[in-house]
Amino acid sequence: MSLLRTKGLTKVFAGLTAVNDVDLTVEAGRVHALIGPNGAGKSTLVGMIAGRISPTKGNVWFDEVDVTALPAHKRMRMGMAYTFQITAVYARLTLFDNLALALRDQHRDKVLAALDRVGLADRADSLAGDLSYGHQRLLEIAMGVAQAPRLLILDEPTQGLAESEITGFNTLIRQLAGETTILLIEHNMNVVMELADHITVLETGEVLASGTPDEIRASAEVQEAYLGTGDAET
Amino acid sequence: MSTTTRSAALHLGLIALIAVLGLILPAYHQGNLARILVLATYAIGYNVLFGYAGLLSLGHAMFFGAGMYGLGLAMHHGDVSALPAFVIGIACAAALSAVVAMLALRTIGVAFMIVTLMFSQTAFLTVLYFGTWTRGDEGFVLAQASRSIAGLDLSNPDIRFYAALILFSAALLITARMMQVRFGHVLIAVRENEERTRMLGYDVFRHKFLAVVISGTISGAAGAAYALLFGYVGATFTSVQYSIFPLLWVLLGGAGTTIGPFVGALFMFYLIDYTSGLTSAYMLIAGVVLVLLTLFARAGIMGEVRKRWLRWLP
Repeated sequence: MSLLRTKGLTKVFAGLTAVNDVDLTVEAGRVHALIGPNGAGKSTLVGMIAGRISPTKGNVWFDEVDVTALPAHKRMRMGMAYTFQITAVYARLTLFDNLALALRDQHRDKVLAALDRVGLADRADSLAGDLSYGHQRLLEIAMGVAQAPRLLILDEPTQGLAESEITGFNTLIRQLAGETTILLIEHNMNVVMELADHITVLETGEVLASGTPDEIRASAEVQEAYLGTGDAET
Repeated sequence: MSTTTRSAALHLGLIALIAVLGLILPAYHQGNLARILVLATYAIGYNVLFGYAGLLSLGHAMFFGAGMYGLGLAMHHGDVSALPAFVIGIACAAALSAVVAMLALRTIGVAFMIVTLMFSQTAFLTVLYFGTWTRGDEGFVLAQASRSIAGLDLSNPDIRFYAALILFSAALLITARMMQVRFGHVLIAVRENEERTRMLGYDVFRHKFLAVVISGTISGAAGAAYALLFGYVGATFTSVQYSIFPLLWVLLGGAGTTIGPFVGALFMFYLIDYTSGLTSAYMLIAGVVLVLLTLFARAGIMGEVRKRWLRWLP
């Protein structure tokens, strides 16, 4: 069953078509990765899915409900969660307050448990702005996960993370897989190949290919456009 | 002690201290403090929007004025008695702030400042335009006989002082409580990062709208009380100067702290009171002090206290 579906989704910015006629289906319980070169329209596409950007044309269905006209906060309340490509935590608030806002709950135990999922429970009373960049990314992911979303949208979650932190991230996502559907924009091909059940490749705003990691790896078109000739593990 | 207990102790302690001061202060300072309490209530209202929701308005005088003229015109021309007139004043401010919020919240940042300034100027000019009723700049005096609630003569200095204290206490305790519940936390979240807050599923517009209405209504209550307690209604109170004052008090006292607005209003009132006794160029001295404070205590007086010593300060 599909949790998320788009049909003919198009965004034109002042004459420039960023996303062109994209039909995307995300099956429930899957990790669906969205890849493509810079400027392929990945962030614009998930922006339209999450309600941050209004589409020029096309529709979005979430759980079979047409949400195209709904504002972002209503889509979030329906069970979406979104993490930003550029870290957007509340820098001047404590980690505790950051998580409490995401959870909509002030109970210390619950907030600490949510922080513990990314190993930050012992820093609950530090200011989020005092964390290292990698830890801020983890906090942001924790805020997404804490909302117990049905669809978690992650826009380049591993950008700026160290190798060891990426391992932790992979573990976290694998724990979530099955209970939560994940739509992932990711540049790190190791992460994509390890986590994704399904991959959609975008190029210049259009779907170039869509399939399992093995199919994508084998596709000559994708090799040429994005992965570079030769080894996919770059 | 939990933060909630500490915050209750701080606010109730401050109110008790002021109540005692009302008994022992000489008449001159008691009168000053009554005025400061009403102005601090105005600043508390301003702080809801500026300090917590992070929206800088340059037009709050229109809300102060709505309360003042709502009460003043009802009493002066409508022969309404003081208490219902006070309710009318508050209702006028609430209605005006709801209309202004609907329109001004379509903008952000500098545009929001300009739009609120323009609305406020319109309110000021409206007061002048209907001079037949408002007596414009000259204003009008509320008859002393009408200024009483439940048989208590509000022009009596002692009664006036405690009436001002009740108003101030109500505003202080309501806003302190507001910042302990989720609504207040979300306001701060909107101030810190609006887009993040929206993407956590919060209705940002609704929170900002309510912040404008709460802020405007408290400001209007202060305006209505000012007219009632001091017996004068005039266009000066809707001029741009009275939009800048609460901003200064809040900046000085500490934006986003519960008692900062009081501290700021108190500080600035006595700064001007003291320096004007020394020289006719008192605004120069006041100006230098303000510049020094913004240079060395950028978070305001209570904001610095919170940063350096009392992290729990609400």
